[in-house]
Formats: sequence, structure tokens, C-alpha cells
Amino acid sequence: MIETFEKVEDIEIRLLLEALYLRYHYDFRNYATGSIKRRLRQAREQLGFATISAMQERALHDETMLPRLLGYLTVQVSEMFRDPGYFRAIREVVVPHLRTYPSLKIWIAGCSGGEELYSLVILFREEGLEDRTIFYATDINQDALQIAEAGVYDVDRIQLFTENHRKSGGRSSLSDYYSAGYGRVSFDRTLRDRVVFSDHSLVTDAVFGEMNLISCRNVMIYFDKALQDRAVGLFRDSLARKGFLGIGAKESLRFSAHADDFSEFVRQEKIYQRIGK
Amino acid sequence: MIPTDPKAVVIGASAGALEALTSILPTLSGDFRLPIMVVVHIPPDKRSVLAELFGAKSSIEVIEVEDKEPIRPATAYFAPPDYHLLVEDQGTLGLTNEEPVLFSRPSIDVLFESAADVYGAAVVAVLLTGANHDGAKGLVAIARAGGHVIIQDPQTAFAAAMPEAGLALCPDATVLSLDGISEYLRRIG
Repeated sequence: MIETFEKVEDIEIRLLLEALYLRYHYDFRNYATGSIKRRLRQAREQLGFATISAMQERALHDETMLPRLLGYLTVQVSEMFRDPGYFRAIREVVVPHLRTYPSLKIWIAGCSGGEELYSLVILFREEGLEDRTIFYATDINQDALQIAEAGVYDVDRIQLFTENHRKSGGRSSLSDYYSAGYGRVSFDRTLRDRVVFSDHSLVTDAVFGEMNLISCRNVMIYFDKALQDRAVGLFRDSLARKGFLGIGAKESLRFSAHADDFSEFVRQEKIYQRIGK
Repeated sequence: MIPTDPKAVVIGASAGALEALTSILPTLSGDFRLPIMVVVHIPPDKRSVLAELFGAKSSIEVIEVEDKEPIRPATAYFAPPDYHLLVEDQGTLGLTNEEPVLFSRPSIDVLFESAADVYGAAVVAVLLTGANHDGAKGLVAIARAGGHVIIQDPQTAFAAAMPEAGLALCPDATVLSLDGISEYLRRIG
């Protein structure tokens, strides 16, 4: 009995993901199943549906369900200068290479609420590279993009951000870049001057420019192996010769079909360099 | 009591984990044929030395997981700090940054529930010492899928709350001492 129930749920999940794709062109069909299952079970319970099929029916007929489901299906967990060692390595090892270029394109893929984006813009400003750089911040979740564009965060988080910034080798005080009030901090508008925010999917969209650095941290962990291969292939094709790819601390290109197209540039911090071309 | 064809072992532990796991992992021989996935509650902001520590003491291979690590026999896989560890259905392990469960990331419940989904009856789950309730719900998922549930005897545990919470939700679990758990694993693997 129980066995049957579990299998029915697997079918329901497949059907729901297919429905989201056909109806809205959001493609979660190749997301890692373990984590998708957890989050759809959570959504079903918290949104008060008896079954995932019932949730699917509503999703098909009621467009307001889409943003609510996306809130569950895309994980928004980040912090500024998360893993300070990564940003220190960008600053100390990658930036000296980037300095040799007259203009730079940086892509923050899966920018979520913007924490990683602002970390990089501040770092580039500190290193005097901001003026020659265009930052592309992309995500599939419109709500997340709006949060990123607003650059407003809970004041509770600022202590951690400040600490991380300092550990990353920050040359200024983080407080130079925001103003505080009403329990929130608001990051300086000028940090957005060189940023293009855009809706882009690593699952269904294509190359849109030649990048010098792509930072995509803890985004691909939600993908299955085949989809990871697609995303890494897309990054490879988007990178300039000797361009850099930074991924999450516990991610690796070791298991990727495209591992041979990259060399380990800063092994410990998961910063890779595009080789060949 | 002995499952017919187990494919994996999952272990969860919190306060007192180091000592408890020391009575288990180093006792397994290098030809132990099962993979073992382990979640220990560890602080999010520190590098974990668990894999190095147990690697030096054990005959089986011991590693800290990176996303999409292939699952191999005779290997113990530790969840890294600040990530959930999940069994995936393509013979690999996955990590996620989803919100903490019962204040814990990694969470034992998350590992156990994913193992129940993927292995069904072919998994043995072991809940050890600990001071919170993580793991109890995960054991229920394992039991419902037909897997085997083992709980450390709370009387022998450094911290009894976790095994007691497990027993409250899984009263039919096999209750063993650490030596008993070690012996059990050596018999099935």
C-alpha cells in the first residue's frame, strides 16, 4: 500500500513539472529529484492541497499560483561575501589578470536576491575596475530579480555581511555603501550603474555575451547531472579565452562532461579557468 | 532482523557523535560492501575535520561530499558543514542550501527521507546520540518505506534526547548498544 502511494507521488511530481513547463515555460524537469520532492511536499502542505495533483490543477488554471510555486522551487539562500576565501581569491588572484583587459563583462548567473552581485560590484569598485565593467545579473525568478534590483536587506544580516567583507580582504568599510533605517539597509544606487538585470534560464536560454568572469555559486547543486552538463557547457561557450568560472565551495567540475575544458585556477576556492579555444 | 539485500547505510548523530562513530566506522573492514552516508551536526562556519579524522582511523574510504559525488561501496560519506546531504536517484549524492531543519544544516531528517525515497526497503538507518529531535521524522520515512531502523540504546548514549525522540516515533526499532551496532553492520556489509 505504502509502496504504491510513494510511486503515485513520483508520477504526480513529473506531471506537475511537465505542466509548469507547458503552461509557463518554466523548466524544472531536470532539477535534482531529492530536493524538488522535498520542496513540493512542503508547498503541498503549506499551501493546503490534499495532493500534488490538486496543486497541479490549480497551477494550470490560476496564474497567481506560479509565483507562489516558484518561491518553493527556487531556493533563495545567500549572504554577501559568503565564503570570504572565495572573494579573497577573486581579489588577489583573479583581479590581477582582469586588470590587463580594457573592458570586462562579468556574469552573476542565478543572482537570487543580489547578495553575490553587490559583493562583486563592491570588490570591483575597491579594486578600481568598476568603471570598465558591465555586470550581468540573471535569474529565472522575477521576485528575486526585483529584490536584487532594490538592494534592500534586513538590518539583522548586516553584521554577518560586514564580517564576511572584512575577512574577504575588503579595502573599505561596508557601511560606506549603504544607508540604514526602519530595520533595513539600502545599498547605494550607484552600485547598480554598471549592472544589467535580466531574466535568463540556464535550462532553456542561450549564450548572450562573451564573459571574462562567471560566478555561479550554489545554483547548479539543484540540477541533475545532465542539466549541470548543459549549464557548464553554456558557461564554457560564454567565456572568453582564459576567462574564469567560480562555483560553490562544495561544487566541483570533476564530475562534469566538460571537465577537460577547464583548469583548476584556485583549487581550494573552486575557481576555474577556460582553456583552449 | 537482517534485511535481505541492503544497498546502503545512513547514520545520524549530534552531541557525542565523535565518540559514538569511533566505536563504529573504524571497526568496519576494507571489504565492507555498502556505502554509508553520515550526517553529524556541526557548526556552519567552520571547516569540518570529521572526514580526515575518520579516514585516518578506518579501513573503509572516508570522504566529505561534494555535489554529485558517485556512491561507491566501502565508503563513508560525511555531509559538509552548512549543506544538506541527499541521496539522489542517479547513483549520486547531492547537496543543497535549503533552509535548516530543526536549526540544523546538515539535517538528519533530510538525509533519511531522501534515502527512504531512493532505496525503499533496501536501506538501514542508524540514529545515534544527540541532544535534539532531528532524525526522528526521517526514521519514520525509512520505516514506512520498509527499511530497517536501528536506534542507539538511549541509556548508553552520551545525549539521550535524540534516540529517545526516535523511539517515540519508531517504537518497533531495533535498539542496540554501540558495540551491537558495529557488530550488526559487520554482519550485513
